[in-house]
Amino acid sequence: MMQTLKAKLEQDFSDALLDCELVRNEITLHVAAEQIIDVCIKLRDDYQFEQLMDLAGVDYSEYGGSSWETKQSTEFGFSRAVDGLGHAEPVTDGYRFAVTYHLQSIKHNQRLRLKVRLAAEQPIVDSVTIVWASADWYEREAFDMFGILFEGHPDLRRILTDYGFVGHPFRKDFPLIGNVEMRYDEDKKRVVYEPVSIEPRTLVPRVIRDDNRYLRDEK
Amino acid sequence: MAEIKNFTLNFGPQHPAAHGVLRLILEMDGEVIVRADPHVGLLHRGTEKLAESKPFNQSIGYMDRLDYVSMMCNEHAYVMAIEKLIGIDVPVRAQYIRVMFDEITRVLNHLMWLGSHGLDIGAMTIFLYCFREREDLMDCYEAVSGARMHATYYRPGGVYRDLPDKMPQYQASKWHNEKEIKKKNQNRDGSLLDFIEDFTQRFPHCVDEYETLLTDNRIWKQRTVGIGVVSPERALQLGFSGPMLRGSGVEWDLRRKQPYEVYDQLAFDIPVGKEGDCYDRYLVRVAEMRESNRIIKQCVDWLRANPGPVIIDDTKVAPPKRSTMKNDMEALIHHFKLFTEGYCVPEGEVYSAIEHPKGEFGIYMISDGANKPYRVKIRAPGFPHLAAMDEMAKGHMLADVVAIIGTMDIVFGEIDR
Repeated sequence: MMQTLKAKLEQDFSDALLDCELVRNEITLHVAAEQIIDVCIKLRDDYQFEQLMDLAGVDYSEYGGSSWETKQSTEFGFSRAVDGLGHAEPVTDGYRFAVTYHLQSIKHNQRLRLKVRLAAEQPIVDSVTIVWASADWYEREAFDMFGILFEGHPDLRRILTDYGFVGHPFRKDFPLIGNVEMRYDEDKKRVVYEPVSIEPRTLVPRVIRDDNRYLRDEK
Repeated sequence: MAEIKNFTLNFGPQHPAAHGVLRLILEMDGEVIVRADPHVGLLHRGTEKLAESKPFNQSIGYMDRLDYVSMMCNEHAYVMAIEKLIGIDVPVRAQYIRVMFDEITRVLNHLMWLGSHGLDIGAMTIFLYCFREREDLMDCYEAVSGARMHATYYRPGGVYRDLPDKMPQYQASKWHNEKEIKKKNQNRDGSLLDFIEDFTQRFPHCVDEYETLLTDNRIWKQRTVGIGVVSPERALQLGFSGPMLRGSGVEWDLRRKQPYEVYDQLAFDIPVGKEGDCYDRYLVRVAEMRESNRIIKQCVDWLRANPGPVIIDDTKVAPPKRSTMKNDMEALIHHFKLFTEGYCVPEGEVYSAIEHPKGEFGIYMISDGANKPYRVKIRAPGFPHLAAMDEMAKGHMLADVVAIIGTMDIVFGEIDR
């Protein structure tokens, strides 16, 4: 069933499609940012993808990076992760951000993933609120967390972070411990913000191991 | 005549009917809502970012704390995403245990919902009734995982351990004498399965009790019939799922349409509403409790007849047995690596969705081949539901806002994440 849908999509969207994958029985369509509205309207009206179930921002700037190389041995222990020795560089392709749309068709009982890659300097994509009303809050969330701008969104405000928050917390360069902490100041009789007083620390280093059991999954 | 102006009302963030920390800015024309603007995020903990900083297994506990009234269902979606990425199969017994606890969780969630929704719009008794049965189900959680709420029971590849042969017992104290305790313990002599079976026999009668209190109750109907009507077309547009979608008359249930685990082998019906108002959603959820009870009963029967392993026998993902570790060096190494570094998951992305008591709960997970997820996006069912607040509340009275918040089954643990 997914194979025929994939073939049909590839044929219908031959000019808009950058790539179409079928992995683990899930289809991912890669679309250029300029064409997202046209593709979405066509998917909703011709393919009956009535529902936008989810919209997620992704920051790919550290994709494939790890605390150390796993291919050779080393005389350093755990500290190499803390000190940043032998750090493996991430693999990036110029597009830092991505927006992923998860669509669902109630009529045909199908799911589809749409993916748009965006450049680091100006992550802007057209809002799909005119196609699916549910995109409203999801786009606000992606804006709040990643700073991705959605052009044509009726009310692009922050949604999850505090009033007056600075920065986009789910970006990979935003520290896990945050930048500011708050407390109630007895003298000033109000809540005050201060730079964080705790140190960032690595509990478990991030490593990538090439496991030969999974090689069969590769194309 | 004096000039009449709209005024703005601040509802919450601390309000008993806000189900947690919801701040609503209501623009009112007299007592009628013109615009409702929910301010969320007061419970935002950055679960998704935290998950990126930890090995896969260490985030299971965070999932419990998302929707903190349906804990195991959240875990289920998360471990299923990992299982899909690695490509491992779960033993059948573990699948039945998961389904059984998913349904126990659904009953837990709906009882919590029914009790608090009733309390919000003026029915006190139902709250006490519901919490009576919740207590028994919490004990099932306790028996199986040691924790009454945040279980961390599901693991990639199965569940943490098999069902126990003994139920926790009440102890005598200076407030309860031996005789009272004996009476309290009378259905706890056998195994957990005996206790659950006893519960499934009692429970339909309990649901009848709830229904005598509410279903034909004049006040209940006045507060819910025709309130917050959503047409099926709008429900789809707004990304509704679960009882919110079924209440509008769309027959859609992932357990049936996109079956996971062993749902395709179990008999149950999908209750569907007609009008799409608060009353229909109430009827749908009450009917779902009865269906869940049926599923639990079928799982109990199957689990009694079919002993077997409950977690995958692959020490790269699941820890080895403690007895093996005493004699086997390999097992010890696996155990050490698993609990210090975790396991690496092959590169790729996956979306796993389950029929959560509140709707579709999904985990979108991207892995770059490391021992930690690259990105975890939680698709919380309550998020799009609350986003529709403005549309549902417009034109209603202030008091109906409480009924609408109630019918959405809002829990801020999952909305704010």
